[in-house]
Amino acid sequence: MPDTTTPNYHWPPMADRRVIGKSHSRLDGIQKASGAAKYNSDIKPAGMLFGAILTCPHAHARVTSIDTSEAEKIPGVTAVRVIMGPGKEVQWGGAEVASVSATSEEAANDAVKAIKVEYEELPFLVREDDISKAGNRAKAAGEQVTGDPDKAFQEAAYTHEGDYGIPVITHCCLESHGNVVAWEGDKLSLWPSTQNVSGIGGDLGRAINVSAANIHVHQDHIGGGFGSKFPADLWGVEAAELSKQSGGKPVKIFLDRKTELLIAGNRPSAFGHIKVAADKDGKITAWESKTWSTGGLAGGGLSADLFPYVYRKVPNRRINHTAISTNTGSARAWRAPNHEQVSYLTCSAIEDLAAKMKMDPLEVFLKNADLTMREEAYTSQLKKAAELADWKKNWHQRGDSGSGAVKRGLGIGVGTWGGAGHASQCQATIHPDGSVEVELGSQDLGTGTRTIIAMVAAETLGLPVSAINVKIGDSTYPPSGASGGSTTVGGVSSSTRKATVNALDKLFAAVAPSLGTTPDKLEAVDRRIVVKGDTSKSLTWEAACRKLGTNKISESGENNPRTAPREGLNTGGVAGVQIADVSVDTETGLVKMNRLIAVHDCGLIINPKTAESQIFGACIMSVCSALFEERVADQQIGRVLNPDMEFYKLAGIMDIGEIIVHLDISPENDKRGVIGLGEPPAIPGDAAIGNAVANAIGVRVPQLPLTADRVLAALASKGGNA
Amino acid sequence: MSEIDSKVPNKPPKTKSDFSRRGFLKGVGISGGVLSTGVLETEAEAEPTAKVDGPGAVPITLNINGKMHKLEVEPRVTLCDALRNRLEITAAKRVCDRGTCGACTVIINGKAVYSCTTLAIDAQGKRIETLEGFSTPAHPHALTKAFLDHDAEQCGYCTPGFVVAAKAFLDHNPNPTEADLKTGLGGNLCRCGTYMGIRKAVMQAAKEMKSAKVAKGTAHA
Repeated sequence: MPDTTTPNYHWPPMADRRVIGKSHSRLDGIQKASGAAKYNSDIKPAGMLFGAILTCPHAHARVTSIDTSEAEKIPGVTAVRVIMGPGKEVQWGGAEVASVSATSEEAANDAVKAIKVEYEELPFLVREDDISKAGNRAKAAGEQVTGDPDKAFQEAAYTHEGDYGIPVITHCCLESHGNVVAWEGDKLSLWPSTQNVSGIGGDLGRAINVSAANIHVHQDHIGGGFGSKFPADLWGVEAAELSKQSGGKPVKIFLDRKTELLIAGNRPSAFGHIKVAADKDGKITAWESKTWSTGGLAGGGLSADLFPYVYRKVPNRRINHTAISTNTGSARAWRAPNHEQVSYLTCSAIEDLAAKMKMDPLEVFLKNADLTMREEAYTSQLKKAAELADWKKNWHQRGDSGSGAVKRGLGIGVGTWGGAGHASQCQATIHPDGSVEVELGSQDLGTGTRTIIAMVAAETLGLPVSAINVKIGDSTYPPSGASGGSTTVGGVSSSTRKATVNALDKLFAAVAPSLGTTPDKLEAVDRRIVVKGDTSKSLTWEAACRKLGTNKISESGENNPRTAPREGLNTGGVAGVQIADVSVDTETGLVKMNRLIAVHDCGLIINPKTAESQIFGACIMSVCSALFEERVADQQIGRVLNPDMEFYKLAGIMDIGEIIVHLDISPENDKRGVIGLGEPPAIPGDAAIGNAVANAIGVRVPQLPLTADRVLAALASKGGNA
Repeated sequence: MSEIDSKVPNKPPKTKSDFSRRGFLKGVGISGGVLSTGVLETEAEAEPTAKVDGPGAVPITLNINGKMHKLEVEPRVTLCDALRNRLEITAAKRVCDRGTCGACTVIINGKAVYSCTTLAIDAQGKRIETLEGFSTPAHPHALTKAFLDHDAEQCGYCTPGFVVAAKAFLDHNPNPTEADLKTGLGGNLCRCGTYMGIRKAVMQAAKEMKSAKVAKGTAHA
């Protein structure tokens, strides 16, 4: 007998789904592509003032004096605040020193320039690529040894040693970090650019001693975050204080591009000397890595515990990592923190070992799949990716790429990620007129969250997606987690499923008597409430809802990460394999992307259309970081030289080649439930592209990005052409 | 935020690293004539009667989407800032603020232009089209619909610039190949990585705009 006390929240069987699993265009797509979508950097509440921040030009300095008197005299200026007074030490270029608000942006900028600051410059370190120059700024994390690496290296048939590097890159969100803040009495309105609608109010409140209950957060759209937009930040505090000093008028502070690139988030670097060994059959037997990285002043940077990446079960390992403290803006979470760097260093070393053994790297990755935590997944994905790349036909021994100047090559990268659902609450309301609202304090980063929530509600209630009124982006809605770690889709889909199942059960209970049956015999299909197995007995959705009289149904649903694993709506843990196909001009050093093939297991896919977009986007981000992106700092003057978009390069529409996505949709994957997809496909691309270039030109270009000068230098180092 | 911008009009930058083309342009305040650092000096000499405005606010009239807007701006104010800060026309986004990323693209006299490197006073007497002028949620342009169909948008912050640039591109190249469009839209950047969708969307819109034109022509005949 079915359990009637616990509602059945399970996802409907694949074959029975009418909405989930079918591609649906994003709900806010027309708004965005017609310019009608209002971001918080677009809004202008009545009386809004413009804020601006004075930043420090030095990498490390002590403020000796600061004079704001001239700034205060500028017409239109309403408030000037000193952040770093005399005696305060500024630890990186771009750090906030003072802030102003004014009636026009021009006046605010003039006021910032009129503030006179004297600094005593202090010693600094802004580069970490050469660890020998790091001195006492380097902090070793201590050695981790497993098995007997010395013996294993001694006994190995093949050993490869190599140096690899991946620089700091910056998030470069197109909508810069910032917010508009206004006071009304003791209450505060905050219009941020955030991945954390439910949490950012509390974060700001702690900083300015205001209860979170008195802070109202609104955000319809966010122009990019990628992991860098969780906290309220100093610009939140400054906007709130400037507003208070200006009679509560709204104050807008959004960082200018230069400051955005200097202080609003970056991905830590990773450099290292890797040694890897195999037996005569190509089985990996030993691993040794000496790596270093910087995440800014705090050092940090990299989780070396992840070495060797994916191939975790290499029996003999020695791992050393050194964190280097630099006078540069702090690292922030970046779409798959640690994983791209660790994947790049690991997969590069494995392909170089394969080249030394004169073995096909595909065979080496396959042969060692038992060293991963998911042997079957990696085996099938490697085979699928190889099939899509036509590996057998297109792969050749390293450097064996013909006599022409343009060389083609293929390379492999692998990745893994968690991605289960975060804590999320949803309130679903069915009104007597048949309208439906679902409310969550979540946010749509452009991943399609809004659309997914509507699809889940529509699936449950037997309604079209257009009948669901999705309300997100407001802190008065039930709390939902910050969007990080690829946990949003799992969280919001599960809470929405539960809330709508609960609401529907209430509706069934209300209408069952009039259909002469019991609630458990009812189902919601095609805008009707139908008696199961007897389609002659039904009510239209509207007629059913009218039975509610004047009482709406409002039910909640919650995803709790602790209980979610046994409920089965969402889960974590994915594998991914990518193969890059590049052509390299050995005369100019230019690398051209031909194809990037991405194979990922993604659990239950709610919206294939936006899921595919996530993978496209992640692959393009990998092209950006593999070929173009690098924060360049000058140790002579202590400055970052390219905090802009001319010299901090991103890929354009012509630079990406073709991207071939294989969403591994299968009953077996589907039954795992929903798994986040933001992070996983961003991981393997750097490694795959680096390996493809090595395969093409016959020599490793050790450091990303693979710019023309580095490619030519690598070619020169092996004495001429490939 | 802006310690490198020169604050006094025409004051030479202190050092090479302090030089900002935008600060320079913003500080000059000459109306009329095309401003670019390369020709500025010769133009100024060739036009001794050129009217010098500023540095205070000056009244200007802008023809935006067929409507005349009267406003007062300092000569250093860019068209992008005039649109966004003064007129609350916000489809064009300020991103790089230095003529690199294309998020602020508008159409001036039929040509795609970065509004962040165009001075508002310089846009007087010209036809300025923003995305709001040719596409609305109630009446979306073929490009807007194609961007939706092919999911050519994620966070959406670069999207208006891409749609405007694509419109200007298709107005001049109604029969593009995919290779043409990769070059034609090379002046815009996306961070989320929506290029795959954009390629398909622009090709679809090109077809639809062409057949709409043919249908219109037939109706008139």
